[in-house]
Amino acid sequence: MANVFAFAETRNGELRKIGLEAVTAARKIADETGGKVDAFIAGAPGVGAHAEQLAKYGADTVIVVEHAGLEKYNPEALAATVAERIRGGAYRIAIFPTSALGSDLAPRVAAKLGVGLVTDVTAVNLDGDAVIVQHPVNIGKVMATVKMTSQPALIGIRPNMFTPVENPRAGAVERAEPVGDPSASRVVVKEVKLGSSAKLDLGEAPVIVSGGRGLKGPENFKLLEDLAAAFGNAAIGATRVVTDEGWRPHSDQIGQTGRLVSPQLYVAVGISGAIQHLAGMRTSRTIVAINKDKEAPIFKIADYGIVGDLFEIVPVLTAAVKEAKSRG
Amino acid sequence: MKIAVCIKRVPDMDVRFKIAPIGNAVDEAGLKFDINDFDSWAVEAALQIKDKDSATEVVIVSLGSDSVQETIRKALAMGADRGVELKVARIPFDGLAIAHALAAELKGGGFDLILFGKQSADSSNGAVGAMVGELLGLPVVTAISKLELAGATGSAKREIEGGQEFVEFPLPAVLTIDQGLNTARYPALKGIMAAKKKPLDVRPAQLGEQSVSVTKMELPPERPAGRIIGEGASAVPELVGLLQTEAKVL
Repeated sequence: MANVFAFAETRNGELRKIGLEAVTAARKIADETGGKVDAFIAGAPGVGAHAEQLAKYGADTVIVVEHAGLEKYNPEALAATVAERIRGGAYRIAIFPTSALGSDLAPRVAAKLGVGLVTDVTAVNLDGDAVIVQHPVNIGKVMATVKMTSQPALIGIRPNMFTPVENPRAGAVERAEPVGDPSASRVVVKEVKLGSSAKLDLGEAPVIVSGGRGLKGPENFKLLEDLAAAFGNAAIGATRVVTDEGWRPHSDQIGQTGRLVSPQLYVAVGISGAIQHLAGMRTSRTIVAINKDKEAPIFKIADYGIVGDLFEIVPVLTAAVKEAKSRG
Repeated sequence: MKIAVCIKRVPDMDVRFKIAPIGNAVDEAGLKFDINDFDSWAVEAALQIKDKDSATEVVIVSLGSDSVQETIRKALAMGADRGVELKVARIPFDGLAIAHALAAELKGGGFDLILFGKQSADSSNGAVGAMVGELLGLPVVTAISKLELAGATGSAKREIEGGQEFVEFPLPAVLTIDQGLNTARYPALKGIMAAKKKPLDVRPAQLGEQSVSVTKMELPPERPAGRIIGEGASAVPELVGLLQTEAKVL
């Protein structure tokens, strides 16, 4: 019987989609062996209201930790609290998101517990006493099968790999206190600046419209913003050249040293397809490329390519997408 | 100020990898190796502190086989003061085992800052820096793209999904470096000459117990060959049609 712990990430009191992905992944593993799923959610008072949602996606129990000192990410208090809960829970696996928060939290917890951690996991299976995970290495050019033998095994799941599926369970709420005093943490998040709430995150957007050197300047990203708005569910990405030039913020960079994304649709505009960029987006489901150079490497991996002047093509595409959506 | 920078030697990624006959590693024949990108920015961050305060000592630590000496020498050529090789026959995949070896070396070293790159390009687990901080009981801030120090306090910026976090922490601390903090300098000829004479100690790595191992590596299935559907704006209607009927994403 494999009991599984799932860390349900929140921000600003809101449950993030990756939190439901963690519970979905946990439910699938637990069901193979008749185990149970404990979801863990922490934040400012009121965050426990999401317990119902976590139950709907498969949590047998929801551990709720509410404290004013957990309103913003509090790495030290959260790591201590999560480690304590996992230590007391006899779990085979503890699942974290491979997000900005999860990538910071999971290694702390692993070190406290003295157990193995593999992040950016794309698949999980049990094999006797071992946990077998798939983890891309060498910027996604090689897939590693990794065997984990610690009890529990800690894994960070890659966003968008475990589509949330409703699978209702009781979701009995168990309230717990933080371990230690959250206000005594040495590392303190003083301020969080978020873009407009309408802006989708690159890791979660179903569609990404991405621009490269071919855009020629920051002002021309308006073309991509219009195309993204036509899709309605799109985020804007960029290549390293674009962010190094300061045309877009570094947080928009997709690639080996930026974000790794796997949207349903990736539209590469004025992007030649350098290896560094392909590393961040090659697992996208459908790739569209628009580039004036028909020899550009991006066309080798694009499902659909159009050769030509992006300044002519993109506005026509924007209009066509708008029309298709209005008929849709 | 005393700063340790932990770096990793990784293969150049701009190649078509082959799987070694052993089946759980890539074939290293013909690969070029260099300092991991994120780690080069960690070295640069330390050197920029040294540029402002020449009393700063920058120590490079790298776990690996003797081949890492070349990579350590590069960081010394950039301007670091001395290096330590934590010798292993082969770098294990288990981040916690590595973190134990690094923590054993760094413990009691009197470092004000211990810097890492955010993650390595090869094993891409992004865990060792924070694990070392935790094992040493030090404050940890990961994936920073801006850093300011004022006496015994630091402030840093972290990129998060759709925004930024501004974090304060006391020194000594462990930091992991993201893109955007700086651009790494190239070693000058004078630096390359000087690096040859800088101390580089070799010690056996005291790896922790390993519970994570790679059993198989394989090349992911290739994407089907790309298809150019046309030229110019006249190809747009066909594209939109394919997105609707074939790809079903519109």
